[in-house]
Amino acid sequence: MKAFAELYARLDATTSSNAKLQAMQDYFAGAEPGDAAWATYFLAGGRPRQVVPTRVLRELASRLAGLPDWLFEESYQAVGDLAETISLLLPEAEHSSDHGLAWWLEEHLLPLRGLPPETLADRLPPLWAQLDRQSLMVSLKLLTGSFRVGVSKLLVTRALAALAGIDAKRVAQRLVGYTDLSHRPTAARYQALIAAESDDEHAQRGGQPYPFFLAHPLQQELDNFDTVLGPVEDWLVEWKWDGIRAQLVKREGRLWIWSRGEELVTERFPELHELGEALPDGTVVDGELVVWKHDSDKAFGIQPFALLQQRIGRKTLSKKLLDDVPVVLLAYDLLEWRGEDWRSRPQDERRARLELLVAEMGDERLRLSPEVRGSDWADLARQREASRELGVEGMMLKRRDSLYGVGRTKDMGLWWKWKIDPFSIDAVLIYAQRGHGRRASLYSDYTFAVWDDASPGERVLVPFAKAYSGLTDEEMRKVDAIIRKTTVEKFGPVRSVTPSLVFELGFEGIALSKRHKSGIAVRFPRMLRWRTDKTVDQADTLATLQGLL
Amino acid sequence: MELVIARPEGLYCPPGDFYIDPWRPVERSVITHAHGDHARTGNQRYLAAAPGEGILRSRLGQDINLQTLPYGERLNHHGVTLSFHPAGHVLGSAQVRLEYQGEVWVASGDYKVEADGTCTPFEPVRCHTFITESTFGLPIYRWQPQREIFAGIDSWWRDNVAAGRASVLFAYSFGKAQRILHGIDDSIGPILVHGAVEPLNAVYREAGVRIPTTLYAGDIAKNDPLLRQALILAPPSAAGSTWMRRFGEYSDAFASGWMLLRGTRRRRGVDRGFVLSDHADWPGLLWAIEQTGAERVMVTHGQVNVLVRHLREQGLDARGFKTEYGDEDDAQVPE
Repeated sequence: MKAFAELYARLDATTSSNAKLQAMQDYFAGAEPGDAAWATYFLAGGRPRQVVPTRVLRELASRLAGLPDWLFEESYQAVGDLAETISLLLPEAEHSSDHGLAWWLEEHLLPLRGLPPETLADRLPPLWAQLDRQSLMVSLKLLTGSFRVGVSKLLVTRALAALAGIDAKRVAQRLVGYTDLSHRPTAARYQALIAAESDDEHAQRGGQPYPFFLAHPLQQELDNFDTVLGPVEDWLVEWKWDGIRAQLVKREGRLWIWSRGEELVTERFPELHELGEALPDGTVVDGELVVWKHDSDKAFGIQPFALLQQRIGRKTLSKKLLDDVPVVLLAYDLLEWRGEDWRSRPQDERRARLELLVAEMGDERLRLSPEVRGSDWADLARQREASRELGVEGMMLKRRDSLYGVGRTKDMGLWWKWKIDPFSIDAVLIYAQRGHGRRASLYSDYTFAVWDDASPGERVLVPFAKAYSGLTDEEMRKVDAIIRKTTVEKFGPVRSVTPSLVFELGFEGIALSKRHKSGIAVRFPRMLRWRTDKTVDQADTLATLQGLL
Repeated sequence: MELVIARPEGLYCPPGDFYIDPWRPVERSVITHAHGDHARTGNQRYLAAAPGEGILRSRLGQDINLQTLPYGERLNHHGVTLSFHPAGHVLGSAQVRLEYQGEVWVASGDYKVEADGTCTPFEPVRCHTFITESTFGLPIYRWQPQREIFAGIDSWWRDNVAAGRASVLFAYSFGKAQRILHGIDDSIGPILVHGAVEPLNAVYREAGVRIPTTLYAGDIAKNDPLLRQALILAPPSAAGSTWMRRFGEYSDAFASGWMLLRGTRRRRGVDRGFVLSDHADWPGLLWAIEQTGAERVMVTHGQVNVLVRHLREQGLDARGFKTEYGDEDDAQVPE
């Protein structure tokens, strides 16, 4: 645990990619394969479900530190991170364990899951007593499922590739699905990640998907499109769907569905299982999972993302829910065909074969993401204006000669996402809460409100969204100072303020909601800018917001 | 009788008719120490502990109307007996003891309980009412002994020398910088300082504090190989300024009590954070309060509400004093 905690400290202390790469290489070079297997899992973003409830951790830590609950809570508010708070409050261990990450996890930490609080209260203190402050903090983060350190999966891939002396793309391929909850990291799986390349690499992949190829945001004026992109004929243009990116993998007579987070989601979409029976073995389709139901007045059957979200949230899927909220895959790429990796074939060729496949299948649940045709960029720009009515987020531009790359790389092919501008509204800041991590102790998380008529001639502010991103550090410090000066009341970590600040909020979607006081839920709200030129009275109204529905 | 009350100008002693560390100009001021939020310009008269004279004059002007008093020596003013006692915070820092008609109050200004070798260590003073700061008034704040911190700085510096890069350490120019200079291993390499630090080094040296030889960073040419072995001490305001460009490749670090928290460390954006504070930590605050034997405690700047509530739960009569020494409950204030 010590070595892994030290790695965490090194990664946490720097913003330089090279320094992080070096830190990981140093760790992997000296680690036992079993420990390295788990380290890879966590660094690549794997997060086991919470092992011990945070309430139990809080109570136990307060007791061991000899502090009343309120003082523990005050400390937590100042630190902004539970694991760190506990590690700072507990008495420091006199002896620190030299056992590795795997031993700690498999023998001691993971078996704690599901134990009753009394048993946990007996088991945890002797474990904590063996961990120095840094190791304690890291293990608490593992226990609470909140481990996060600033390395990208790509960087982990590069570290492993350098260690193994093989191509990073190969490691990326092997790493796909590694963090899925259904597999436990083992020494053997880690060794397979860094093994020399073999001839039967392809045959060993089982249900593994390919690393997703990702698009870059296109931020250009239309006038520049010809210069930057070239002629419109060079591009395959599609709508940008607002769903869940996914790969459908059919091999060895089985079907796997993987989300972009490389999570195996096959069980969540039973209506797609029949596709598995019809698809030929050795087929991988890339596309978007969306809720699809035809309304007579709409061009497409796509339904708001909020509906899809309802389904993802459910543990059991009733027949009624499956009928009410049916999911389809909008297919837009073919990555494997007849067991052969097609990613190095041009976009056009993959598309042509995909169109044939979808036609041959003739199944409503596997639909083609249609191509959008335009005479020139201006024509496409005009069509794009209908995005909101169509229920899409804009357009995707894919070079017709693009190969299918890995992640956000640009060396093999090029995909652009040409998104429409977000909705925006001017709203008033009414509550603030201190942030976490890097923003601990700064009031950085805000609740925003718009005006509503409570009775004739009387307006009240109704909260409708929370947002915490979009401000520069400098702006946030200023807002923080204003919040402290204008505080009306404190409720635990939250402060209400005398309304004085107006922000332009941007968001991607808007829907009716019974759970929100305003009756409205917005998607991905963030601050677009601080309207220092507007007074609170000039902020927008609930009616304006409803008008966006 | 209240010997100290909070007024808009600052902490005021009614029977003595003077202010302690006023934040608005007054006629008679008693100054605990020379940090900017405690010692301000514009007062007609200043009274301070003798070891602080050099610093006060260098910061507020040579010609201020300043009277000094050695630690422990008593002075009577309007029936109030006043004396200064070491606070262990920075050179010349003092607690102010006030006695009037048998009642004793001590205003501690800022203090630290660990002896650091650059100023007279903190001495608890028995009193009925103790006025304490609360900058680090949360149980998460527990300092390591300073030798461990200096060993950490030395080892970071050594590693940088081995890697051929400069070591830039940000620290407040008055107090923290000299404490670091006094505590580190100066045999590792040359020590360079920012223009804001050197005048204070001179005052400390004059006061007999051992400060190793320092070079003025501005005198060293941009590509001088000496930079790659050097430790450079600079105030936090130098971070990100054009002044930094001269050092080529460097590792940077920040020395402050706030560096204990990962969030503040990351927000500062430096390679390393060394947890070194000139204020008392939580155990230090509680120890100091206990040592005074005070039954009543007035809490100023920092975690006022937290410390007040905690002391009340321990059976003391504790209250908050609103001051303008830094912000109410925020970790952003400089030390």
